[in-house]
Formats: sequence, structure tokens, C-alpha cells
Amino acid sequence: MSVLLDVRGLKTTFPVGAGQIKAVNDVSFTLGRGEVLGLVGESGSGKSVTGFSIMGLLEPPGRITGGQILFDGTDLTKLGQEEMRRLRGRRIAMIFQDPMMTLNPVLRIDTQMIEAVTAHRPVSKAEARALARDALGQVGIPSPEERLNAYPHQFSGGMRQRVAIAIALLNKPDLIVADEPTTALDVTIQAQILAEVQKLTAEQGTALIWITHDLSVVSRLADRIAVMYAGRIVEYGDVAEVIGKPHHHYTAGLIGSVPSRNRRGSRLAQIPGMTPSLLTLPDGCAFRTRCARADGDCAVMPELTGQGAHWHRCVHPNTQVLA
Amino acid sequence: MIGWFVRRLLQSVFVIVAMTVIVFVGVNVIGDPVAILIAPDADQAERLQVVQSLGLDRPLWEQYGRFLYGALQGDFGKSFVFGQPALQIILERMPATLELAFCAVFLAVVIGIPLGLYAGLRPRSILAKTVMAGSIFGFSLPSFWVGLLLIMVFGVQLGWLPSSGRGMTREFLGIHWSFLTLDGLTHLILPACNLALFKVSLVMRLVRAGVREVLPQEYVKFARAKGLTERRVIFVHVLKNIMIPVVTVIGLEFGSTIAFSVVTESIFAWPGMGKLIIDSINLLDRPMIVAYLILIVFLFVTINLVVDLLYTVLDPRVQHNGEG
Ligand SMILES: Nc1ncnc2c1ncn2[C@@H]1O[C@H](COP(=O)(O)OP(=O)(O)O)[C@@H](O)[C@H]1O
Ligand code: SF4
Ligand SMILES: [Mg+2]
Repeated sequence: MSVLLDVRGLKTTFPVGAGQIKAVNDVSFTLGRGEVLGLVGESGSGKSVTGFSIMGLLEPPGRITGGQILFDGTDLTKLGQEEMRRLRGRRIAMIFQDPMMTLNPVLRIDTQMIEAVTAHRPVSKAEARALARDALGQVGIPSPEERLNAYPHQFSGGMRQRVAIAIALLNKPDLIVADEPTTALDVTIQAQILAEVQKLTAEQGTALIWITHDLSVVSRLADRIAVMYAGRIVEYGDVAEVIGKPHHHYTAGLIGSVPSRNRRGSRLAQIPGMTPSLLTLPDGCAFRTRCARADGDCAVMPELTGQGAHWHRCVHPNTQVLA
Repeated sequence: MIGWFVRRLLQSVFVIVAMTVIVFVGVNVIGDPVAILIAPDADQAERLQVVQSLGLDRPLWEQYGRFLYGALQGDFGKSFVFGQPALQIILERMPATLELAFCAVFLAVVIGIPLGLYAGLRPRSILAKTVMAGSIFGFSLPSFWVGLLLIMVFGVQLGWLPSSGRGMTREFLGIHWSFLTLDGLTHLILPACNLALFKVSLVMRLVRAGVREVLPQEYVKFARAKGLTERRVIFVHVLKNIMIPVVTVIGLEFGSTIAFSVVTESIFAWPGMGKLIIDSINLLDRPMIVAYLILIVFLFVTINLVVDLLYTVLDPRVQHNGEG
């Protein structure tokens, strides 16, 4: 499978007062065409900032301070604003977390879909509208022709997220960054949308970065998993490997906190403590204030080590096999 | 929607009727109109005659009925001073005020909205900071003082612009307008700027605040994620969301300028309604005052109605199916 996205040593920082928040700190991963990467981690671990860095949509004063984002061979960190704009929505699309907030409340659905097409392609409004209608049909919105004339408030949350997904799919992008797109939805709708996205991206050969704090979601969807903690990737590998044999104790903790069929009845393990502030991280492994295996060795930042396609950042890797 | 409109219309009528009661009571009952109308040395017989001729000996409800009946036909009585129907005199002066108010509001829109957008998009820029500081003056400097300053500088010292009267007018649709002649336009500039200063400040701050509020919204980020040009993001996605408060304020400012442009009209000797009403009050010309007040209420009610209708166009979430 050819490499579509190759993120190398990405660093994104937000200057605050005298200090710097290193929201994304030396993050690397690759993604092949049509592949699905699950980006997992607690809230505040830097998942969204990673996504926005790829999209070129960082909010000032945040900026990329190091590394490369090679998309189909082009380094996105070097592109100008206009070049980046032409890529956004056409070759890389994004779906956001809260469907209630992502559609403009005062513009009709057709306006918001047609503009997404005509921003990139020299097609007539009628053609763009036809594309929009087909896309709505694809994501399972009934009577798409009429719904095009509706406003966002006339849709439920799940339907709005479908519209957002339809918009993301409109220009048949190579990559979609989906930032917790089902977190705000009911469990049943969540499952439907998950299945829908899986099907459509597979059909179109679209690669997917699925951001979530929910391991159980990714384990069904992703080919590869990257686990983030405090701005760094602490574990990375094939889904079966990472879920089956987590090396990092944070990953093991996340898996332990997911309800699963195999361990029904036993108590869910909680990761003790709280996510530390990015401004007051401990030296070395950022997880060591919460890790049961932590010792003096952990005070030095562990390197990413591993074999084959399974990497981790831990000096005393977990050897227990889970699940 | 139709049902809503009819109800809204009835509401408006009710407001106007209520206002006629207030005006009627205020002007005809409180205070003795006869005392103003007759000479101080008039005798009892003369006095009785005036009372009868004005119908003041009739019961109050009947007096009000007559007043309302007349008002419905545009008859508010004859001006004591001009001896002509009050409404007619006011309507003759109205175009002057209308055109002044329109110019001022126009300036507020074409200057205030772009400046507000700029200040909202580039809050740290020197221009934004200058303009924001300037708007504080726009709010706090008294209108008459600014008016005098404008006359001193542009009228007297530099001699660039006339500062008194309407200048040449041209007739259009049977009404005299200043803005149709070059001379008239130059006469319009100073008073319009005087009136516009406050409005520009207001609209600018409103737009700036709106931009600051809307920019961080997810839908703006999503619009960018679609690869829209910055122009489209700002002028469609952001601007459409901040137009509601702006339209409201512009509507109300338009109304209040027409009603209360007294100071500016006096300073620039602009022969509009504001100057007329002040003269009428000074001379206790009651039919004029009554007609003026009713006309202004009518104006505000109409503006409010139009603004409400605009809401439905601007914000699809405002739906008028059924609810009051
Ligand atoms: N606009 C911002 N300004 C300052 N800091 C930010 C901003 N956005 C994100 N951050 C920082 O980056 C960290 C990671 O945020 P984010 O990527 O949104 O986390 P998540 O993994 O929950 O998506 C946050 O903890 C916060 O400290
Ligand atoms: S490096 Fe140390 S503190 Fe970090 S996860 Fe491994 S054992 Fe725990
Ligand atoms: Mg997030």
C-alpha cells in the first residue's frame, strides 16, 4: 500500500504568557491510501491539535514549530495559505465533534454543500447541487432533494452529522480527519454512523484518521492505532497487536477501563490520577505520576522502541496479554 | 407566517391607538387649552364660546371620539401658527428630515460595517485600536458641540462646505429633494456627518463585537475546512450571522434620527421636522405637537414591523407559525 500521509516529528505549540504549551510534541505516524488510523487518548492529549495541524487550521497563536507533514509527497507545513486552502475540502476533509455546532445556522444545507463543491471545481450550481443531493442520499438521509432546502435546525444531531459527513465526502478526498464525530451522539446512532463511514470510505478508498477517546470504537474500525498521552504518541501499532498486547502502561490502563464481553462481571480498572497540565509535566515519561510500574528509570524520556510495526515509549513495557 | 403577520399588525394598531389616548389625555385634558387660546382679558361669554366651539363642554369620551375620528382622516386640526392643517405642514417638512436621516444611516452602514469587520478580524492592528478609541469620542461628544465644531472648521475656517439650509432642491415625485443637486448634496454633508458620528461608532462596535463572537464558532472553522476562500467565510458565513443585531439597531437609529434630529437640524438650520417641532413646542402649537407625536409613533411601529420581518429573512430559526 502506498504511503499517503507521513507525519514526521510534528511539533505544535501554543505560546502562553512566558511559556509554551507543547500540545503536540514529536508525533510521527504514517498512513497508507485507504487505511484507517485510530488516534486515541484522554481529553487534552493533543489529538485535535494533531488533526488541525494536518488541516492547516490551527487557531492563532498556535503554530507548527517542527517536523514535517508529507501528504502524497508534499510537505504541508511548507505550503502557502492559498495552496493549503485548495487542498482543504478537496483532498483532505474534516468532520468535527459537535454536529450541533458545525453547520452554519443561518445558511441552507444546499448553500453549505454547493459552496464546498464550487470552491474547488469549475462546475455549475446545478451540477454541484446534484452532487450534493447524491451525497446526502449516500449517507442515508431520506428525501435528499427536499432536505437540501432545509436549515440545520430542522435536522436532529445524528442527521446533522450525516450532513457533515456528506460534505466531507463531496469531493472524494484522499483523507478524512474525523475528530470524535460520534462522541456527542446516542450509542445507537453512533453505531449506525460508524458503519456508514466505514462503508463509504472503503468504497471510495479514502484514508481515515479517526480521533476518539473510546478504544472500543477504534478497535472495530481501525487498521492501526496511535495512543497519545500529553502531546506524544506513547504506543503505535496494528490494532490487534496494541489491543491484544499493550506495551505502554497507559494503553493497558485504557484497555482495562473499557467494558468488554470477556471480562464481564469483573470490576473496571480506572487509571488513577488526572491528566497532568502540559505546563507542569514531570521529566521523563509524562505518565509516571500515574503509573504503577514507574521507577527512577522513568525520569528520563523513553525513546520510541519496538519491533516490526509495534512501537512504544516505555522503559518497563507491560508483558501481560489482555483480552 | 400570514397569521403571525396579521397578529403583529393588530398589535401595531393597538399600540398606535393606545398612544392616541396618551397623547389626547396629555395634551387635551391636562392643562387648560382654553387659557392658551383666548386673550387673557377675554370675558366669560367669549370664553364660553371658545369652549363650545372646541367641543370642550362635551363628555371626555366624546371628545376623544371626535379626536380619533379626525385623526383617522389625517385631521389633527389647524396649526395655531400657520393656520393650515397640522399634518400637512409636518408632511411638507418630512422629506428634508427623511433625506438627512437616510444619509446619516447610510454613512453609518457603509463606514461602520467595514470598519467593524476590520476591527473584529484584526483586533491588534493599529487601525483597529485607533478606530475603537475614536468610537468612544463618537459616543461621548455631545452632538451640538460636534456640530458647531464642524461648522467652525469646514464652514468657517476652511470654507469648504455650506453649513446652513438645504441648498438647491429638485423636485422628484412631487417632493423637493436636496440630494438631487450638487449644491444640495454639499449642504447635506455636514449635518449628515454630524448625525452619523454616533451611529458609525455604534454600528462599528456592534459589528466588531459580533465578529469576535462568531469567529471562534465551530461552523466558521468547518467552513474553512471545506476550503472556502477567506472572502466567502467572512462575507457569507460570518457577516450573515451578525446582521440581526445590526439590522435592529439601524432600524431604531433611523427612527430616532427622524424623530429627534432636533439639535442637528437647529444648528444647521435644516428645515426639517425636528426644527418644526421645537418651534411648535415653543409656541404651544398643540395640533402640531399632537400630529407630530402620532406620526412618530406610527413611524416607530412601522420600523419595528419591518425589522421583525427582516428577522425572518435573516434568521431561519425565527419562525412565526402561530406564536405571538
Ligand atoms: N487554542 C488553544 N490555545 C491554547 N492552548 C490550546 C489551544 N488548543 C489546544 N490547546 C492545548 O492543547 C492541548 C491539547 O488539546 P486538544 O488537541 O484539543 O486535545 P484533545 O486530545 O482532547 O483533542 C490542550 O490541553 C490545550 O492545553
Ligand atoms: S516509562 Fe515508566 S512511567 Fe512510563 S509507562 Fe513505562 S513504566 Fe510507566
Ligand atoms: Mg479534541
